[in-house]
Amino acid sequence: MRQKSESLWTLSYRKFCRNRTAMVGVVILLFFTVVAFLAPYISPYDPLEQSFIKSLLPPSKEHLFGTDEFGRDLFSRLLYGARISLQIGFISVTISLVIGVTLGLIAGYYGSWLDMVIMRVMDLMLCFPYILLALVIMAILGPGLYNAMIAIGIVYIPTFARIVRSSVLTIKEEEYIKAVKSLGAGDLRILLKHVLINAMAPIIIQATLSIGRAIINAAGLSFLGLGAQPPTPEWGAILSNGQTFLRDAPWVATFPGIAIALLVLGFNLVGDGLRDAFDPKLKR
Amino acid sequence: MAARPIYFYGVKTMLSYVIRRILYLIPLLIAISIVVFLMIHLIPGDPVEIMLGEKGAAEDIARLRAELGLDKPLYIQYGKFFSNLLHGDLGRSIRNHNKVSKEIAASFPATIELTILSMIIATIIGVLAGVISAIKKYSWVDNLTMVGALLGISMPVFWVGMMLMLIFSWKLGWLPISGRIDLQTNLEAVTQFYLLDSILTRNWAAFKSTFLHLILPSLTLATIPLAMIARMARSTTLEILNQDYIRTARAKGLPEKVVIWKHVLQNSLIPVVTIIGLQFGSFLGGAVLTETVFARPGVGRLLINGILGRDFPVIQGAVLVIATFFVFINLAVDILYAYLNPRISYS
Repeated sequence: MRQKSESLWTLSYRKFCRNRTAMVGVVILLFFTVVAFLAPYISPYDPLEQSFIKSLLPPSKEHLFGTDEFGRDLFSRLLYGARISLQIGFISVTISLVIGVTLGLIAGYYGSWLDMVIMRVMDLMLCFPYILLALVIMAILGPGLYNAMIAIGIVYIPTFARIVRSSVLTIKEEEYIKAVKSLGAGDLRILLKHVLINAMAPIIIQATLSIGRAIINAAGLSFLGLGAQPPTPEWGAILSNGQTFLRDAPWVATFPGIAIALLVLGFNLVGDGLRDAFDPKLKR
Repeated sequence: MAARPIYFYGVKTMLSYVIRRILYLIPLLIAISIVVFLMIHLIPGDPVEIMLGEKGAAEDIARLRAELGLDKPLYIQYGKFFSNLLHGDLGRSIRNHNKVSKEIAASFPATIELTILSMIIATIIGVLAGVISAIKKYSWVDNLTMVGALLGISMPVFWVGMMLMLIFSWKLGWLPISGRIDLQTNLEAVTQFYLLDSILTRNWAAFKSTFLHLILPSLTLATIPLAMIARMARSTTLEILNQDYIRTARAKGLPEKVVIWKHVLQNSLIPVVTIIGLQFGSFLGGAVLTETVFARPGVGRLLINGILGRDFPVIQGAVLVIATFFVFINLAVDILYAYLNPRISYS
């Protein structure tokens, strides 16, 4: 009997949907996305509203996660924080994705001196541990949430450039690329319509995993006092604040940490699921 | 002519590989020095005014500009920067006027001590957890280890540190909260590596205090690399368990313990060495955060204070030292990898 052939995407999609842990990741991400969108409607208090008589209250029915030293409701701050963290993740990875993919495409497709220059710069960037490079950029740009996004975005450029370059090197030798070329297609058309499309799988996997890492790193920069500045309800900044009251009000530091870990876990589960789904060596 | 043994060629190729890798370091280190040098010139606005802040008097601004040589052409500035670097001169801190090289010499051993201990913890526990997980595939031990590893790579390292501090220092009172050593304990500093110094001077009270101060920070710093190593060790071991030579070893009647220790564990170490090398950046980066949580006076803390105080000579010095150290560690890992895996291509 003739079997209907399936494209890599359909096959991978099916494999992904059948992966239970990946589905747990999807549910976590959906949960945080809904929370981020609905934050203004579902948060019981204004995240910036201060009340000194409510300072450092433990979790209760009124304040589900307790309050901070300014009497601000932590639950509401965490709900709004989801918006900021997701924004950080997506914006910084978009920066690295756009620049990294472009550089990787150029280096891999054109080769010669362009490839040499681009890849040596990428190698140089990789000489610095991620957070150190982010700190170097923060030292130049100065503290702030948007600068943190730019810094993290720049840090992940080499990862994308390397992945795309190695995919392009394989793809450009394929017969169909030579065929399209001989038909007179321009470089831009070949790069975007044929090369990029076929290098999408590793890019998607890396992007998913990078969003999680970007969120953790941004929280780290805020924790060090370089990212989001008060009173922004960013999870890392709330955590940093919580360290001062760790002994007497541990809830201030505990809940934002759980939120970060859960959201990053969601991205890691989905990223791992995508990797398995796109891997042809793994069984259906 | 007598034939040379086959390993002779192996040693020769390996040696030329090592020499080539060391030569490759020279342009890399120069490039790092250029990046670090340019940092000050990439600041938007006048770097001197930014460093001194709004309170900077006109004569102070002029003095610092001359001191940093910012009034000279760029290539002359870099030439002086590089020549100072070769003489171990990293300039002076703008905040306290101390020599940056002295500050780094005092703080770097604290970071190395922390990093090495974390690396040992992450490697031993990570490899064992990964191998046991693979041998007991799909058992509750495997599931628990892999869930733990997944959580390990998802948690922010500074939060892990705070939670460990909350439980073991504040609640149980078992371990010290911050610092490198008890303030009441005297230690004659020989190398600035407190653990080593306390052994050299046979000061066991200082050894105990230093060790207790290291437990929580090193466990914190080990979390992410440990999780990564465990995942890597598991997948490698699973691959090795399916190899023909393992089947042969079992078929010829070798006891399972020998198969695991001699064949599985030793072979699974090769990719683990690479992941440890790759994770070294994570160790150094994590050290910055861990030192902040536990108020340890390491180079990471020095760097953060430098950034917060816009003290560029300190920032440049700390970045340069960490990046150079990272490059040398990567070199060591590459060489170790080539040594462990004879199939590697040396080109």
